[in-house]
Amino acid sequence: MIKVEGLAKRYARTLAVDHISFEVEKGQIVGFLGPNGAGKTTTMRVLTCFLPPSAGKATVAGFDVMDHPMEVKKRIGYLPETPPLYPEMEVFEYLTFVGKLKGIASSEIGRRVDEAMSRCALGDVRTKLIDRLSKGYRQRVGIAQAIIHNPDVLILDEPTSGLDPRQIIEIRDLLKALSGEHTIILSTHILSEVEQNCERVIIINEGKLVANDTYVNLTNRPRGFEHVAVEVEATGGNPNPTDVQQRLEQVSGVSRVVMKDSRNGRLGFEVEGLPGRQIRADLARTVVNSGWSLAELRILGASLEDVFLDLTKSEAKPETKESPSAKGGTQ
Amino acid sequence: MNKILIICRKELKSYFVSPIAYAVLADFALVFGVAFYTATADFVRFSFQSQMMGQQQPMDINAQIIRPLLGFAATVALFLIPMITMRLVAEEKRSGTIELLMTSPVKDSGIIIGKWLGAMALYLCVLGMSMLSVLVLFAWGKPDIKPVLVAYLGLILQGGCLLAIGTFISTTTKDQIVAVVVTFHLSLMLWMLSWFTAFGNTWVSQLANYLSIVTHMENFSKGVLDLKDVVFYVSFIFLALFLTLRRMESLRWRS
Repeated sequence: MIKVEGLAKRYARTLAVDHISFEVEKGQIVGFLGPNGAGKTTTMRVLTCFLPPSAGKATVAGFDVMDHPMEVKKRIGYLPETPPLYPEMEVFEYLTFVGKLKGIASSEIGRRVDEAMSRCALGDVRTKLIDRLSKGYRQRVGIAQAIIHNPDVLILDEPTSGLDPRQIIEIRDLLKALSGEHTIILSTHILSEVEQNCERVIIINEGKLVANDTYVNLTNRPRGFEHVAVEVEATGGNPNPTDVQQRLEQVSGVSRVVMKDSRNGRLGFEVEGLPGRQIRADLARTVVNSGWSLAELRILGASLEDVFLDLTKSEAKPETKESPSAKGGTQ
Repeated sequence: MNKILIICRKELKSYFVSPIAYAVLADFALVFGVAFYTATADFVRFSFQSQMMGQQQPMDINAQIIRPLLGFAATVALFLIPMITMRLVAEEKRSGTIELLMTSPVKDSGIIIGKWLGAMALYLCVLGMSMLSVLVLFAWGKPDIKPVLVAYLGLILQGGCLLAIGTFISTTTKDQIVAVVVTFHLSLMLWMLSWFTAFGNTWVSQLANYLSIVTHMENFSKGVLDLKDVVFYVSFIFLALFLTLRRMESLRWRS
């Protein structure tokens, strides 16, 4: 649906986007991640035909953004970072204006406006001046504006910024409902957002693509060793935490044991294995053979936070860039 | 075409929900009203005097009231038009709504022409107010209608030029104050160019005189419809709107 090849955008002095390439399939929700100033907004602006690329190609639904901007614009719904609202308009008036601008026939416009308003829960503020709306409502009007013409592709630049948790959940549900028929790219730096919403994650840093993978693959990036959480039942100070720790350290293949916490009568440990060693079975056996109750044993994947911090660290740790998912471009 | 009208209607509407339309209309009504009153009162006094003296001098409403009055309206427009155009694009750039317009399936030229037409519509409302006063003259006297219509055509064309300049200036800044000041000074310059005739008949003064938008108004206000004046105004409008279009395109490249 969206295809970006070697896209670059140069401003007067800086190279904001440095030859990135990626593809998005129809119906996918893609999270576009990166620290501030990484080039997320610039990339989105190129895709929406707001800015022309300095080099490279971008096509949306088969239409090139440079050669057929009108066709691209018809198929895209775009929510910029600041929702583009006219404060002097009422909500339905604004949506009607945008709808007409996007080319909805006047016979259909009323229905579409009502539909967009009900999807974004704007019924209560239908005739309110946009100027009087709270931040959350404004954001929702912004989203309503983006979906009003039922575009194939939705590009949302930080759709949940400034919303309260409940509204964030509502937006998330809305996005879920919209995916499937729509292809969605959303940029954010709220990572939990991506964890819950997106099938695919694209991370860019300093204009370069550093990761383009599924959420599951990214968070399970092979790190070469097992990282396991172990919880042991304890009652009345028995067993003694240091005993348990020592016993776990003696398990073959274990490189490190860290005591995490003890609460509700459970002792929590994080155990790291030596590279290439499977340690879970041995850990379980050791705990049980020592006469303790094993409450939990699970693999700890890297959280998206870790991955993100890892990948966007500037040149400090060059080896992270060589990890398999970080070569960019290829999936 | 359809999109142009959508943008035009939106512009006109936002004038009337903001104080700008009312400020401009009220300002014009006041200034033009006072001018109308003094011109008419002068005329009436003069006609009384000539009757008292027993000399039947021919009185001409067109020449003595309408012509100076509409000439004055052209000057007032010079002051009002920067206020009409200042927010056109500058405001959209400041609030970020320009991103909505420029990512919608509308051509840049459509956006510009729509906005210019919206400003034009408000300007026509302003001229409409002056028409109320002129109609009063038709109720009590018998002025010739043709020169009046020609003068209004001239006002519309001259206003169109100034509005196009204002639209252009508005695309160059995010700040409405800058837009209003620069537009006003530029319009004033174009007006002052007509003063160069005082320096004799060199080619410089002739050129300056030709470029001044006021000199082309003179024929119109006399009721003389000359094609070359119409061509001047229309091509001026085209040029200014064309520059605006280029400016919009460069916005994309730089921003």
